Amino acid sequence: MRNEMELIFDAVSDNEGFARMAVAAFITNLNPTLEEMADIKTAVSEAVTNSIIHGYENLYGYGKSGSTRAGQEIHQGKVRVHCMLENEVLHIEITDTGKGIENVEQAMEPLFTTRPDLERSGMGFAFMEAFMDELEVDSVPGKGTTVRMAKKIGVGSWIAQEEIIS
Amino acid sequence: MQQITTGDFQVIDNCLMIRLPEEIDHHGAGIICENADKYLLREDVGNVVFDFENTRFMDSSGIGLIMGRYRKISCFGGRVYAIHVDRQIQKIFRLSGLNKIVEVLES
Repeated sequence: MRNEMELIFDAVSDNEGFARMAVAAFITNLNPTLEEMADIKTAVSEAVTNSIIHGYENLYGYGKSGSTRAGQEIHQGKVRVHCMLENEVLHIEITDTGKGIENVEQAMEPLFTTRPDLERSGMGFAFMEAFMDELEVDSVPGKGTTVRMAKKIGVGSWIAQEEIIS
Repeated sequence: MQQITTGDFQVIDNCLMIRLPEEIDHHGAGIICENADKYLLREDVGNVVFDFENTRFMDSSGIGLIMGRYRKISCFGGRVYAIHVDRQIQKIFRLSGLNKIVEVLES
C-alpha cells in the first residue's frame, strides 16, 4: 500500500501540536502501537520545533520574559511536512527555508544547543535518532534544512526497544 | 483557540507541586517555566514535584523545562521529583539522562 500527504503551514509554535497530530492521524489505519505512535509524534515535534525556533528564529508564542512577547514580529516562513507510507514504512520529510545549519554534525550531538537561553535541552536530534529507524539531515546555510526520517510501523510488539542509552 | 497549557501550581508543605498539562511541547513550555520560576522565588518552596498524571505527550522541551527548574532549586539544596510517569515519558527520561537528577517516585 502506498499513501502520501503533504502539509504546509506557518512557522509558528501554535502549529507544533497540529503537525504531530496530523502525522499521527495519517498513520492510524496501519494500527501502530501506542509506543510507535508516541515515538513518531515526538520526532515530528522535535523537527518542526527546530524549524520554527532555529530555522526561522520565530520565537513568537514562547512567552519567556525578555526573549519574546505577544505582538512581536512574526517571521514569515513556512514549514513543509511530507509523509509517505510505503510497505508499512513511514517516510517523513520536514523542510524549512530558514537560515540552515552551519555544522550539522555538531548540531546533532546530544546536549549541543545554540539556544541555552531558551532552555533548549539539545536533545532534539538525539530523540529523532532514537525514536525513528533512520535520520538524515541536509542543510545549506542561508537556504534551509531538510530532515528525513523513516520508521517501520507495526513491529513494536516483537522488537524490544530497550535501553538505547543505559 | 485557548488551550490549558500552563500547568497547575500548588505549594504543599515546602514542595511546589506542578501538575503538567496533557501535552508538553515548546509552545506550552515557556509559560510553565515562567510561572514555576515565580513560585521558586518564594521562601517556603524547597523542592519541586512534577506531576505527569495528565500528561500524554512530551518532547525535548519538557527536558529543558525540568532541567532549568532543577538548576534553580538545586542551588539552594532543593530536589526535583516526578510522579505518575508513564512508559513513554520514562523512556524520554532515560534517553536524556534526566533520571539521574530527577527522582521518579512510584505512586
